[in-house]
Amino acid sequence: MASEWLLEMVGISKSFPGVRALDDVCLRVRAGSVHALIGENGAGKSTLMKVLNGMYRPDVGEIRLRGEPVQINGLKGALDLGISMIYQELNPIPAMTVAENIFIGREPVYGRSGVVNRRKMNADARQLFETLGLAMNPSARLSSLSVAEMQMVEIAKAISFDSEIIVMDEPTSAITDREVEKLFEIIRTLKAANKAVIYISHKMNELFQIADEMTVMRDGRYIDTQLTDKLTTQSLISMMVGRRIDEMFPKEDVPLGEVVLSVDGLTQGDRVRNVSFELRRGEILGIAGLMGAGRTELVETIFGIRKSSAGRIQIGGQPVSIATPRDAIRNRIALVSEDRKLMGLNLRASVKDNISLINLARYCNLGGVIRARQEVEVARRQIDRFKIKVSSYRQIVDTLSGGNQQKVVIAKWILTNPDIIILDEPTRGIDVGAKSEIHKIMVALAREGKAIIMISSELPDFSQEAVMASATGSH
Amino acid sequence: MSMASLASADGYGNKVKQIAARYGIYIAFVVMFVFLSLWSPWFLTFDNILNILRQCSINGIIAVGATLVIITGGIDLSVGAIVALAAVSAASVAHPDSYPVIVPILVGLAVGALFGGINGFIIAKGRIAPFIVTLGMMTIVRGGSLVMSDGRPVINLSDEYNTIGGGYLWGVPLPVFLFIAVVLIGAFLLHFCKFGRHVYAVGGNELAAVVSGLNVGRVKMGVYTLAGLFAGFAGIILSSRVMTGSPAAGAGYELDAIAAVVIGGTSLAGGTGAVLGTVIGTLIIGTMNNGLDLLNVSSYFQQIVKGIIIISAVLLDQYTKNSR
Repeated sequence: MASEWLLEMVGISKSFPGVRALDDVCLRVRAGSVHALIGENGAGKSTLMKVLNGMYRPDVGEIRLRGEPVQINGLKGALDLGISMIYQELNPIPAMTVAENIFIGREPVYGRSGVVNRRKMNADARQLFETLGLAMNPSARLSSLSVAEMQMVEIAKAISFDSEIIVMDEPTSAITDREVEKLFEIIRTLKAANKAVIYISHKMNELFQIADEMTVMRDGRYIDTQLTDKLTTQSLISMMVGRRIDEMFPKEDVPLGEVVLSVDGLTQGDRVRNVSFELRRGEILGIAGLMGAGRTELVETIFGIRKSSAGRIQIGGQPVSIATPRDAIRNRIALVSEDRKLMGLNLRASVKDNISLINLARYCNLGGVIRARQEVEVARRQIDRFKIKVSSYRQIVDTLSGGNQQKVVIAKWILTNPDIIILDEPTRGIDVGAKSEIHKIMVALAREGKAIIMISSELPDFSQEAVMASATGSH
Repeated sequence: MSMASLASADGYGNKVKQIAARYGIYIAFVVMFVFLSLWSPWFLTFDNILNILRQCSINGIIAVGATLVIITGGIDLSVGAIVALAAVSAASVAHPDSYPVIVPILVGLAVGALFGGINGFIIAKGRIAPFIVTLGMMTIVRGGSLVMSDGRPVINLSDEYNTIGGGYLWGVPLPVFLFIAVVLIGAFLLHFCKFGRHVYAVGGNELAAVVSGLNVGRVKMGVYTLAGLFAGFAGIILSSRVMTGSPAAGAGYELDAIAAVVIGGTSLAGGTGAVLGTVIGTLIIGTMNNGLDLLNVSSYFQQIVKGIIIISAVLLDQYTKNSR
């Protein structure tokens, strides 16, 4: 009983066909603490957490709760043992209400009738929100909420199980700074109630703000566990990647050329109001600002996904009208969209098919028959150029890591030979190594004379950009 | 047991699973074929194999069109009715000493392509679910063929016309060649042409296809037009083979075609699949019907078996995918 640790995962190994996902990994978590789990994409963090929540059974290893060895049988088994999890990918049911989403599968009923006691359910949800200090209507439909609000519902749901251990996998990837602050308050309350939080994030500043202890993983192996006080961003990153950070984000100067894009008074809905700016060759224009400030709406309007209500766009000094993405592509604009799974990729197709899709006609004869050898050659060239890690150009994109998927999107758009490249959160949810590579790609493109617009909420991304702008709605 | 032997045993099991996942449907077909060859002395005869192929050809031709539609994430319920309308239309200009045989052929194909095209137009421009549009079209077209023929089968067709479905070349029924031709056309379009790549892109992620500048509406119009065209072709072959243009022909054919596509491993969710799988799916259904006949299983019972096979095929597919 008298164990120092609330949770111990010892000597955990797990293999999948062809991959050793976890190799003798250890994780020890104290009650009343926030324990950060850190590593690049593919380091095995998510796999380890899936072992913890019962989704995977380890090949070897032991899990102990308060010193007692336990068997975790499925998600339900994990919940029964007091382990709940907030997933990186949201799984809301849009047509159901907030309260219904939270209490799904354990709805309060009248007696033993099976008829849902809606009033009690809403009251319970309201009380939950009160304790968490959230202002949310339990009977609002999920479909009416923003992504950030849905994430907060997901967090509330995980906490409503009253678990001892709460795993949070990238809980802040979709929420604004204000909600992050709220989340941190909630985490501190949980800590005070002697619960343990396992926190996974790629955002360094958050980790140092909230974590008490950090465990670093790399390539499916356990590297080290340290108290946060004993760590710096520098030392943490070199533990994660085995290299130093200043080698990873070198600063470079790129000479600027003529103006290629000028936007004047662009307006769309109530998020984008009267936005004007100019963009030159060789320039990397950063658009900062909070999520929800209208940044994505702005670039989607420029790209013809959304219709503008006012404003002019000039490309190379000529006024253009862009009503559809086809028009934008014809004007040599590329958009690496915010959500690569939603707009960027066909996850069910191969790397090659994704890369060649936009200008497929270029690799076809007049009859529309694909010149297969040429297409393969082009795909291979892009894979080499952007160092995309694939087993073959035939690999299905769904099976790639986030960073490699993002590189496929970039490779696909660069193949259209654009003059203007818009990158919306290009480094979201990918690891430091891949971030560094994407930065290098951007600088190389700017050097070639491309003009680049980059949206990012992660401030370190801006460390070396030529210009910084702020588009917070009107501007 | 040592770790090494454990690992290798595990690796072996995984390899078997991977092979099953990839070639499961082909293995199932071969097993069925071998079983029937051993069980029935009549099964593995030249005449019987030709018989199976001929019976498969009409469903196979429709199923190639259905494959294209289903890969875009759509569905076409109207093809069975289009078979009937094409049959009636073609037959009504196929009487002896009326028009040359090319006329009823072109009429049948045109009718199929026209109604398929209308499906595609409404789905693309009206942004209505394909299920609804083609369900409505199924009723409209079926009604149209009844109106046109006054509910009576069109008979007295020319010998030339009757040769299309009833004739032989080098001892092989003509419909078998027509089936092979449609398969080759379908496979060529889908696997070697820009159009096919766009079909996969639309089914795999429609929004990404739009953002990539694809003309998604045109792709959808294309697949439904082809599905209608092939259904029209099937209607010509069917009416020719039975020497009758019947307004009741083709009832339920849309479901047989969908079954063949699904057994062949094409997902109803869109974005994946291949014409070769559909060919195997068609052959499995055809061989099974034939085999059950040879084994003297009643036609009532055959329906039950067919249903079980469809569900098992998809279950197998799911199972192997999940264990990957």
